Amino acid sequence: MSDSLVTFSNVSRFYGEVLGINKVSLSIPPGITSLVGPNGSGKTTLMNLMCGLIRPTQGEIGVLGISPQHPERLCRVLGYCAQFDAFPKGLTGYQFVYSFLRMFGMSAAECDQRTRTVLQLAGMTEAANRTVAAYSKGMRQRIKLAQAIAHDPRVVVLDEPLNGLDPLARAEAIALFRQWGDEGRHVIVSSHILHEVDRISDQVILLSHGYVVAEGQIHSVRSEVQEQPMQILVRCDRPHVLAARLFQQDHVVEAKLTSDGKGLLLRTRDADRFYLLLNRVVLESGLEVESVAPADDDVSSVYQYLIGEGASV
Amino acid sequence: MNALWIAQVGAVLRLELKKTFLSRRGWWIYLLALGPVGLTLIHWLFEAGHPGGRHSLGDDVTAFAALFLLYYLRAGIFFGCMGIFSNLFRGEMLERTLHYYFLTPLRREILVVGKYLAGLTVALAVFVTSVVLSFLFIGRHFGAAYSDYIWHGPGLSQLGWYALVAALACVGYGAVFLMCGLLFKNPMIAAAVVWVWEGINPFLPTLLKKISVIFYLKSLCPVQVPVPPPFSIMVIDAEATPAWVAVPGLLAVAAILLIYSAISARQAEINYGE
Repeated sequence: MSDSLVTFSNVSRFYGEVLGINKVSLSIPPGITSLVGPNGSGKTTLMNLMCGLIRPTQGEIGVLGISPQHPERLCRVLGYCAQFDAFPKGLTGYQFVYSFLRMFGMSAAECDQRTRTVLQLAGMTEAANRTVAAYSKGMRQRIKLAQAIAHDPRVVVLDEPLNGLDPLARAEAIALFRQWGDEGRHVIVSSHILHEVDRISDQVILLSHGYVVAEGQIHSVRSEVQEQPMQILVRCDRPHVLAARLFQQDHVVEAKLTSDGKGLLLRTRDADRFYLLLNRVVLESGLEVESVAPADDDVSSVYQYLIGEGASV
Repeated sequence: MNALWIAQVGAVLRLELKKTFLSRRGWWIYLLALGPVGLTLIHWLFEAGHPGGRHSLGDDVTAFAALFLLYYLRAGIFFGCMGIFSNLFRGEMLERTLHYYFLTPLRREILVVGKYLAGLTVALAVFVTSVVLSFLFIGRHFGAAYSDYIWHGPGLSQLGWYALVAALACVGYGAVFLMCGLLFKNPMIAAAVVWVWEGINPFLPTLLKKISVIFYLKSLCPVQVPVPPPFSIMVIDAEATPAWVAVPGLLAVAAILLIYSAISARQAEINYGE
C-alpha cells in the first residue's frame, strides 16, 4: 500500500443483497478529487469505507498506507465531514469541537488553541458559545467542517460539504479546499453541484450503480468518451464560411451558428482533424478567430454522456 | 493502560457526563431514584406527627429491606440502568452521532470503558445516594433511638452493605445493558427477557438461580426478606453465596460482559438505517 495514496483494491461492499459498490479499484493522489454520481451510486459507501465506518465485504483499502481497520492510526491522518446533520445533544459549538479533539490525547491548552483557530477559520467564533441545536443549517455545516479538520488531517473527506452554505461561505469553503489541495493534502469531496465540482477538482471519479464509470482528470475522461462526438465552440468573424467547409467533412456530425451570429457550435468525431482543418481555413480564407474551446469537457457533460440524462445527482 | 488511553477514557467520560448527566431526557430515571426518597421522607414526616408510633424500629428495618429488594433491585436500579446504559451506544445510533466517536483515534475498547464509566458514575450518584437517603429517612421519626441504631448498633454496617449492593447492582446491570445496547436494535426486548429471568429467580432450581445478578445481590443483603405465602411454597431454597465469592463473582461477570461488548464494538459499523 502506498504511503501517499488512498487506494482501493478490488473493493466490494454489499448491504445484505443490496450492492453498495462492486469491484472498485482506485488510486487517489493528493489534490482535490470529486466523487460524482446519482443518488445510490455508491459515493457515501466509498467514503464510509475509506474512513473505517463500514468494512468492505471484500478487497483492501489503504489510506496513506494505513488500513481503515485501525482507527487509532487512521483517524490521526484523516478527517471526515459526514452528511449526517446530527450533533451530540446540549453541546455548544466550542464544546463540540473541543470535546472530540480531547480524544486525540492532546493537552487541554492545545485543544483549546486548536478549537479557537479552527472556529475562526470556519467563521464560527461569534457563535461558538451557542448550542449547536440553535444553529442554522449553514452554521451546522460549518461547525461540522471545523470539527472534521480540527486535528489538521492530511486526508480530508467531505460528503456534500457545500450543502446549506450561502454563496459567500461556499466560495470561502472552496478556497479552503483549493488551499488544502495545493498544500498536497488529499481532499475527497462528493458534491451534486456539478459546475462547482468542475471548478475545484483536480480529478473526478464518476460512479454509477456501485461501479466506477470513469476516473481521472476531466479532460482525459472526456477524450476517452469516443462514442459521443466532441462539442467545440469557435468564435470568429465569419462562422458561416467555416460552417460551409465543415459540412464537407465526414467527421463533423453537426454545426450550428450561435444566436449572436459570431460563433459556431460543432460536434465532431475527430477533434484532431477538426483543429487541422481550422488551421487550413484560417490560412486560406483569412478567418479571424477569437476563441476555440471545447464545449462539453466539463463534469456535467461527461456525467450526462456516461451516466445518462435520467440520473439525478 | 498507558497515559494516552487514560487521557482518552477521561475525555469520553467528561463528554458523556456533559451530554447526559442531569439532562432532561433522563427525568424518569431521576424520578425512579427520587421516588423511594420521597416515600421515606413522607413516612418520617407522617410518623413524626404520631409520637409513640404504631410500629417498631425493627418493622422499619424490615420494611427497608423489602423496599430495597423489591423496589431498588427489581425495579428502580434495573430500569434505571437499562435507561442509562442501553442508550450509551443505541441512543447514539438513533441520534446518528456515534460516528463522531468512531472518527477519533480511539480504540473501540477504550470507548466502551469510557462510556461504561460515565454510565456508572451517573448510576452510582443517583441510586446509591437514593438508597442512603431512604435508609436515613425511614426510621428518622424514632429520633435518638434511630441515631443510636445507626451509630452504635448494626445500622451503619447495614447501610454500608445496602450501598455496596446498590453499587454492585449498577455495575452488573450496567454491563448487561451496555452489551444489550450494542448487540440489539431494540434493547427493550432483551431487557424484558432479563427482567423476567431475574424476577423468577426465587422459583428456579439452584443451578439456574446462580446464572443471574439478583441471586448474588440478594445473598449480600444484610436483612433477608421472607417470601409471603402462597409464593413461599414455590420458592426453592439455595445456600446464600458468601460475600467473598459474590462480590468478585459479580465483578468478574461484569468484566466478561464488558470484554464481549468491547469485541462487539470493535466489529461495529455505522449504519443508521439509510
